[in-house]
Amino acid sequence: MGPFLLVTIQIDLYDRLALTLENDLINMVSQTGARGVLIDISAVSIVDSFMGRILGNIASMSRIMDAETVVVGMQPAVAITLVELGLTLQGVYTALNVEKGMELLNTKLGDNLELDDDEEEDQDDRND
Amino acid sequence: MIVMTKDTMEIVREQDVVPFRNRVREFGTRIGMSLVNQTKLITAASELVRNMLKYASGGRVILEVISHNAKTGIRLTFQDEGPGIADIAMAMRDGFSTGRSLGLGLPGAKRLVNEFDLKSNPGVGTTVTVIHWKHGR
Repeated sequence: MGPFLLVTIQIDLYDRLALTLENDLINMVSQTGARGVLIDISAVSIVDSFMGRILGNIASMSRIMDAETVVVGMQPAVAITLVELGLTLQGVYTALNVEKGMELLNTKLGDNLELDDDEEEDQDDRND
Repeated sequence: MIVMTKDTMEIVREQDVVPFRNRVREFGTRIGMSLVNQTKLITAASELVRNMLKYASGGRVILEVISHNAKTGIRLTFQDEGPGIADIAMAMRDGFSTGRSLGLGLPGAKRLVNEFDLKSNPGVGTTVTVIHWKHGR
């Protein structure tokens, strides 16, 4: 899996369980130093505004912990419903499936690593 | 309007939400509602039942299979004895919330169903009735 955490949600979560997930996940990011979080919601049949907010929270918190979040496997009916509900999942990356989500994370991390390299080079130049 | 099946569920704690949603799904499946329409109805129902728990500490939902002008659908009536909604027009606005939520619940639920009616008496309670037809129109 590399530096990524994969979370598969297999049931419709009730609120306390969703909050526990949010909490556990952030702790895991901290403990493992994961650079990416993949949340597989292919078995989730309902995403309401509460669940949407949890996904958004996980993404924001992970970002502060230096990890990107990708939500994968959303059912088409759920996507249609989310748009009408008015929930756009801002700041949350999405991908069709786990494989594509991994690709997206790798690309993002790749970009960041390149950026880091550039910064280091700049540093070197200044030292010269 | 003919009522074909009727059921009532008490909603008193958050653990009641998932079984309630499953019950709505059973009703939808029974009348042959498509998956997208079921998902819309259940999501709207989930928002409304959450509101009921959050603002009125619970209430009850009446689930009915109804038939009207050769159309079959599901009617859900959410009744609570909570504080009521002082300003309904404001509550129906996107992004408005007296709680600390996204403020999508009521306006979002309205967009997801075919018919939506909200009656509220401050100090007495709130009743929200939604209807979603089998074919979504």
